[in-house]
Amino acid sequence: MRYILFELKEGLLIALGALRSNKVRTSLTMLGIFIGITVVVLMSTAIKGIDNSFQQGISALGSDVLYIDKWAWFSNEDWWRLRNRDNIDMEDYEKFKELARLPVAVAPVINSQQTVKYQDRRVEGVFLTGSSSDYVKTTNFTFDQGRFYSEIESNASRQVGVIGSEIAKELFPRGDALDKTIKIGGANFKIVGVLSEQGSFILGPWNPDNQVFIPIGSIFKNFVAQHRGTITLNVRAPNPGLVEETKAEAEGVMRKVRGLKYDEENDFSINQQEGLMENYNSVVGVIQIAGLFITGLSLFVGAIGIMNIMFVSVRERTREIGIRKAIGARKRTILSQFLLESSAICILGGIAGLIAAILGSMALNQYFPTSIQVDAVIIAIGVSAITGILSGLAPAYTASKLDPVESLRYE
Amino acid sequence: MNIINIEHIAKIYHLGFEEVRALSDVSLKIDKNEYVAIMGPSGSGKSTLMNMLGCLDTPTSGKYDFKGVSVSEMNDNELARIRNKEIGFVFQTFNLLPRSDALHNVELPLIYSGISYAERRERAEKALVDVGLGDRIKHKPNELSGGQRQRVAVARALVTQPSIILADEPTGNLDSKTGEEIMQLLNEIHNNGNTIILVTHEEYIAAHAARIIRLKDGLVEKDEIVERRYEPDTKISGVN
Repeated sequence: MRYILFELKEGLLIALGALRSNKVRTSLTMLGIFIGITVVVLMSTAIKGIDNSFQQGISALGSDVLYIDKWAWFSNEDWWRLRNRDNIDMEDYEKFKELARLPVAVAPVINSQQTVKYQDRRVEGVFLTGSSSDYVKTTNFTFDQGRFYSEIESNASRQVGVIGSEIAKELFPRGDALDKTIKIGGANFKIVGVLSEQGSFILGPWNPDNQVFIPIGSIFKNFVAQHRGTITLNVRAPNPGLVEETKAEAEGVMRKVRGLKYDEENDFSINQQEGLMENYNSVVGVIQIAGLFITGLSLFVGAIGIMNIMFVSVRERTREIGIRKAIGARKRTILSQFLLESSAICILGGIAGLIAAILGSMALNQYFPTSIQVDAVIIAIGVSAITGILSGLAPAYTASKLDPVESLRYE
Repeated sequence: MNIINIEHIAKIYHLGFEEVRALSDVSLKIDKNEYVAIMGPSGSGKSTLMNMLGCLDTPTSGKYDFKGVSVSEMNDNELARIRNKEIGFVFQTFNLLPRSDALHNVELPLIYSGISYAERRERAEKALVDVGLGDRIKHKPNELSGGQRQRVAVARALVTQPSIILADEPTGNLDSKTGEEIMQLLNEIHNNGNTIILVTHEEYIAAHAARIIRLKDGLVEKDEIVERRYEPDTKISGVN
């Protein structure tokens, strides 16, 4: 055992010496592994980052919420047929709310895009969400300052609003948003609450951080004619385990509200985040597999490069191998020398690649969420070591089997 | 006791369908502190015999005992061990590692016998001083003259304190003056009690030895004691 350790140490020194005396070749070979590891790690941190931020965003919206809508989020149904459905209006909402027993909260929602201003600061194209005071119960929102608008404010269609964290940052860099009056479109609204950061860039305009929430009556009064828009009913199940029951009940109640006969199809859709999730997973899953496959390919090419170089190196050093054998190197010694050489190339290249990937993902993080995982680091180093051993195995074995007499004669 | 005891060894190579008998039937004994030259024209089997004696190769048939241990049936690892501990090689083409300095070249066999860094450095340095290269230990082979390279090779052969030194045409790549210096060095080594086997095809080189074995067509043609051995008296280094 001690002899093996001694041999490993000496083999490593010999291998490093050989690498040092051939700097250009060593660094070019390393480059292959370097690039491979860099792109693989970068890719996996980016995928992980997107995934994290999506999960985070989804959970802010609440996973046990049903969205009863004129439109189906994910379906192959004909767009024209969906378009010809009747709008869902406030009357439908009132009836639904009265009849449905299971939901803990039902909120009517309508959106509009408006410019929001405070003094000389402005944010364009803000997603404005109009709803009732129950809306907050259909989400998992947390507040930085203030509160959500109350039932009284909602019923009276007061000019009050709750702003998302990004909007607050833009308009009130000093964080003094509460009780200020902002201009939405042309109308004045008083801020009663500021959300803490919820979300996720991946939801885009749906990210609560970029939204402003006002009573639905106010949105009808100021921005959307009530008879023109269709509303969405956000319906929250009592707990995640009762989502299916709540959905079944909602379908029945909604058919009744819409006055559908038994042989008529639903003229509404019940959407769920699950659909969003499934859609996301299938898309991201494909990107993940394709991405890792393509980046993995570059690692594979790097490994072939190493194998190639090691074969050339064995051929070129035939005489050296002969000398070493003549003065007492065993097969195992030669084998480990060449294996250590290829592993050293790979591990050094891998570490350099990892550092580059970490720096790269830090730089990318300015624009794009990335997340460096400890397991990615361990896997990267492990993969480079294994690559080194595998790509060195055949050349090293060839070297160890060389006949000392013949290799000494080799010119 | 004999260091080397060879009985009826033969070595047969197969080149395609042709059978080549490099050694037909060779028997010889070599004692401790002998200075033996093996001579013969090319094709006589002297290289094959040298590979055999140096445990680089095993005979097809026959018996080879090295210090009473049978070599003929040894596996590769055991042969490597014998080469490492018992045999010091000096080659015609020096066979040094080109990218390593003299010191590393000399310590290499000690690495393979598992000797610690400090000890092997010390021994390698001493071996280099002994062959008169104390001021060249950090030089690489391409920074040394042919004679100096061969001295590094001699130091490498001596550093393990082997039972025999096997020199294969050690002066073949050197001019006659440097060649003569190397032969003087071998003489000193012999005088210090070492056993030397010299392979050559030059009579005047062989004349340094005390015994000449002449090979022809894979057989021992003549095994003679040299009456008037050529022994240079100039001492050129501090071998001890």
